[in-house]
Amino acid sequence: MQKDVHSLLESSEFKSLVAKRAKISILLTMLLFVSYYGFVLLIGYNKPFLAQKLDEATATTLGIPLAIGVILTSWLLTVIYVVWANAIYDPEVKRLRAKLFGK
Amino acid sequence: MPPVTEQATGAIHTTLGTPTLPAIVFFLIIVAITLAITYWAAKRTKTTKEFYAAGRSVSAFQNGLALSGDYMSAASFLGIAGMVALKGYDGMIYAVGWLVGWPALMFLIAEPLRNLGKFTFADVVAFRLKQTPVRIASAIGGILTVLFYTIAQMVGSGSLVKLMFGIPYEYAEIMVGVIMLAYVLFGGMLATTWVQIIKAVMLLCGVTVMMLMVLAKFNFNPGDLYAAVSTQYGQAALEPGGLITSPIDAISLGLALMFGLLGLPHILQRFFTVPDAKAARISVLFATGFIGYFYIIIPIVGFGAAALIGRDVIINIDKGGNMAAPLLAEFLGGTPFLGFIAAVAFATILAVVAGLTLAAASSFSHDIYVHVIKKGNATEQEEMRASKIATLLFGIVAVGLGILFKGQNVAFMVGLAFAIACSANFPALILSIFWKKFTTAGAVWAILTGAFLAVGLIIISPTVWVDIFKNPKGSELFALKNPAIVSMTASFLVGYVVSLLTKDETAEQKFEDEKLRTYLGVGAE
Repeated sequence: MQKDVHSLLESSEFKSLVAKRAKISILLTMLLFVSYYGFVLLIGYNKPFLAQKLDEATATTLGIPLAIGVILTSWLLTVIYVVWANAIYDPEVKRLRAKLFGK
Repeated sequence: MPPVTEQATGAIHTTLGTPTLPAIVFFLIIVAITLAITYWAAKRTKTTKEFYAAGRSVSAFQNGLALSGDYMSAASFLGIAGMVALKGYDGMIYAVGWLVGWPALMFLIAEPLRNLGKFTFADVVAFRLKQTPVRIASAIGGILTVLFYTIAQMVGSGSLVKLMFGIPYEYAEIMVGVIMLAYVLFGGMLATTWVQIIKAVMLLCGVTVMMLMVLAKFNFNPGDLYAAVSTQYGQAALEPGGLITSPIDAISLGLALMFGLLGLPHILQRFFTVPDAKAARISVLFATGFIGYFYIIIPIVGFGAAALIGRDVIINIDKGGNMAAPLLAEFLGGTPFLGFIAAVAFATILAVVAGLTLAAASSFSHDIYVHVIKKGNATEQEEMRASKIATLLFGIVAVGLGILFKGQNVAFMVGLAFAIACSANFPALILSIFWKKFTTAGAVWAILTGAFLAVGLIIISPTVWVDIFKNPKGSELFALKNPAIVSMTASFLVGYVVSLLTKDETAEQKFEDEKLRTYLGVGAE
């Protein structure tokens, strides 16, 4: 068993699974950073941009939909991860587990 | 333009601060239902797996609600609504920061945590390291986090209950302590989870109804609401104000909020209540959805309070603006709706403190008693007994600290809890999961560095040095209001360097098993 474990961990399939998960985790975390810290830095360095009105007839500032946008983006990123994990990660895990337990 | 109501300027009559019949009735109904659930849960809570982890029987959807329940505290409900009412757009900026940790939790640790852990996050940190030192260090980080979080909750809750029901502060503390102890002591994680679910559903429904009632006053057009706010308080209410003056401060706070979530013991413990990694992942999807929705609609309640009640009236009742939402509830739906919202706020307090108490007790009994004192050889009965004693003791300590800190400004303690969580617990957790060469000494030093730097730096920062100790402005020794950017980085660096200087052969050998479990769930409990 221990030998099988070792060869599985060294197999290119397992390594590519780990790499794929790392890639998507890091990519999505970076997008989260860009969206949230982009918003924060915009507030820090360009308040007038956020304070501009959407159009002449309204009081609503651009900052309001942007704040809501950051929340929606965060949630959408979790949707992307779940869809990816369900469609790609889980079947691969199932396959590798079956291989290890000799099914 | 909507009609501007007279209430904005005129005096307003409120029953806030007196225990009205509807408030008492709603409150008693909530307590009755939750205690009935506790009775039901108590019969299903015999083993440690049931006490700490609800027998891993919680579904992804239920856990999503329970996570939201743990996270949406009375402080965030009443506090953010009040902040938006008084400060306008700045309150919205603040609200956004509270959500962004959730996706990071999913991408980085939710699944490995579920696969590796048993009852506490220390199980994961100590997975392949030496038990005694790592358990002690993790317990220090975990318990400090929970302790500061609890003090903030208890002090906040005493004042809120006093404001809403007119009950003396000390009685409010004792009441919270006794009821939440009943949940945790008898019903363990199962009862605590259901209390969280009920509270989350009630809070989300209550705030939704409020939002709809506000929008109904403005032709269901948020634009009209913003226009009304702008007419009364000037366009500045809809523009970023003084919240973010120094971007580095904002980034440091953002790091604390984002990665602090990944080190909050009471949140992490919830991942051991679901059956597998897939359920862990999906529960974060639900939690992020519920919490995101909550933070999107809360500002409408806050702006509604500013437009319909008026800032003067809100400040008159509570300087911090915490009563904006209850006042608005009374204006919109009379005494019965106020009673409902007050009861929901109270349930929120009970649920959050119950979750914290369970997390602290688990750390004492599972990490310290079982793994350090008994060296992992405690029987099921011994561990159950230890966990109940720890629960009782922590409950008493929580009430005691709540009374001790009466009237103190403890708002910074939430920030401190997040700073410790992201600087002590999070780096050790993630390095232990993903880095083969992480050693026992590395873990211990990373945790201790993070914890003590977070506490030390916040004391000499403007947050405590100037605001609490009343030293003159500018005399602080550390410029950032939240130390996360320094203390978290230091913890990672120390963990890295110490691990390189020490060698842990056993830990490296065990990394294969850990990897198999992290990614494939082989051997997961």
